Amino acid sequence: MSDKVLYVMYDDDEVLKNSAKQLVAKGVKISEVFSPFPIHGIDPIIGIKNTRLGIMAFLYGLTGLTLATVGMRYFMIVDWPMNIGGKPNFSYLENMLAFVPITFEFTVMCAAHGMAITYLLRNKTLPGMPAQNPDPRTTDDKFVMEIRLSENAKVTEAELDGMLQEIGYLELDKKEIK
Amino acid sequence: MQKEAAIREPLILGHKTYHDVTEDVCRPIEDKAPKMWYILFGIALVIGLYGVGSILYLLGTGIGVWGLNKTIGWAWDITNFVWWVGIGHAGTLISAVLLLFRQKWRMAINRSAEAMTIFAVFMAGTFPLIHMGRLWVGYWVMPIPNQFGSLWVNFNSPLLWDVFAISTYLSVSLVFWYIGLIPDFATIRDRAKKPLAKKMYGILSFGWSGRAKHWNRFELVSLVLAGLATPLVFSVHSIVSFDFATSVIPGWHTTIFPPYFVAGAVFSGFAMVQTLLLIMRKAMGLEAYIHTKHVEYMNIVIMVTGSIVGTAYITELFISWYSGVEYESYAFINRATGPYWWAYWSMMTCNVISPQLMWIRRLRRSLLFTFFISIVVNIGMWFERYVIIVTSIHRDYIPAAWSMHFPSHIDIAVYIGTIGLFFVFFLLFARYFPVLALNEVKTILKGSGQSYKESPDYHKHH
Repeated sequence: MSDKVLYVMYDDDEVLKNSAKQLVAKGVKISEVFSPFPIHGIDPIIGIKNTRLGIMAFLYGLTGLTLATVGMRYFMIVDWPMNIGGKPNFSYLENMLAFVPITFEFTVMCAAHGMAITYLLRNKTLPGMPAQNPDPRTTDDKFVMEIRLSENAKVTEAELDGMLQEIGYLELDKKEIK
Repeated sequence: MQKEAAIREPLILGHKTYHDVTEDVCRPIEDKAPKMWYILFGIALVIGLYGVGSILYLLGTGIGVWGLNKTIGWAWDITNFVWWVGIGHAGTLISAVLLLFRQKWRMAINRSAEAMTIFAVFMAGTFPLIHMGRLWVGYWVMPIPNQFGSLWVNFNSPLLWDVFAISTYLSVSLVFWYIGLIPDFATIRDRAKKPLAKKMYGILSFGWSGRAKHWNRFELVSLVLAGLATPLVFSVHSIVSFDFATSVIPGWHTTIFPPYFVAGAVFSGFAMVQTLLLIMRKAMGLEAYIHTKHVEYMNIVIMVTGSIVGTAYITELFISWYSGVEYESYAFINRATGPYWWAYWSMMTCNVISPQLMWIRRLRRSLLFTFFISIVVNIGMWFERYVIIVTSIHRDYIPAAWSMHFPSHIDIAVYIGTIGLFFVFFLLFARYFPVLALNEVKTILKGSGQSYKESPDYHKHH
């Protein structure tokens, strides 16, 4: 399906945010924003939901906690109980205090790495991936909105141009996608 | 946009734009390295290689080449380990704890402080590894099913807790650091002209494009990692202190060790950050981003943690007398007046007196003085570990076994060698990596940049 994409460039995050607000109010769907740093408050304007990575981190942490507990119980209580100074390991609970440091460390390790890996996979940012920002300046000091015509059936290209003229922008770039 | 009181000193001096920030940080990477860089790198490399050679000799011959004896079974090796781990505490503290406390001044220093942390923990990790003597069976510290009757490692042992603590700390700090680096690598990639640089930074930046959703995830991941790394910072040095505190040696068997060690670690870590940054900001022309205010903030941290350390020393001394335990008292009397009195008093002077000078505003805002004190603190903190470790064991319960520790040249070479290697890593970092979290710094430009704060519009926004 052929599509036309508009890249609207700004040189200030606040200005882009205001423009995005006005466009959205007029019923335009903004499909993406590229910026050199996070623009606070842009997400609700262009309809990006908050990430659920935090929940994942919690689940990974829970996994680490469980593995550490089950593992240490098996190693130290079940499989090879040690008798140190006449104080044998009878049960997990009696010995638990000595297991706290590793349980904590392992929980943190699983939560941090699990979340980091999920983050990279969900972003599709992995070693060797090609850059997808429309203009190299968006990692320096420029801010770009991406508007797809296919996602804006209600407005024509001319209408969109008019709106952008009225709101203002720094540069406008159009691209045909086949 | 960040809101900040108008009377606060701006964090970014001069009239910078977003593009200036990029320029200032990327220029040293894109330009040719100055001659000084090659000279320093050469010196560090030679010292580092000498250390590597000594380590290889040690591994080939056995740890008998160290100056240890039957009484003093632990000396420079563990001293250096604890010293390096301590230094490695500032970076994650700056990037994690200060992130949770919303301290914006951390943005100028977190990247290089964290790099320093990671390299310091590398160096720290070397010591327990080579201490094993047989490095090639080092994987035995992991609970791996084996043919020895399924013999497991001892999970009751603080030494094993250390294995987990250090490896978690190192790997989590590395991930935290790298996730922050990705967008900055993308900036360098998009500016790179030479094909090789473009390719390398392209790989390093993982195809980062700065999409809004990615930034949304980025911010949450940073926050959660900071939340996870904060207790980690405190736990790691607590666990290192358990190596001593859970033993029954007078002078080691001390319940205040965990908080005392953590404060000491932050103390020495910040001192090392000061040593490195004061040079780096000058050499790389980053004076507008890391200026007197940042140095002052760090000096305040040094003052507070130094006071905690000082209080701990005196508490320890008092309790040794108050306990009424003869052996406990002797351990401390021996430290202060025995054959190692010079080490004890160097430690006291460097760590207790010098941070107190930071109460004077003029001194804590003086860059030259700060540099001097940062070196003094690092020397003092090395002596602290030496005093705790060697003086507590050199006179045990049998006077016939009393002994002194004399480092062999391998002891010295391995220690100096790790300092060389540390600088090799740090210099490479300063040459090829963005030393400032440049994209993060841009987020505070409007809130805390000098030109914005001085403009008449600044107050209207709030």
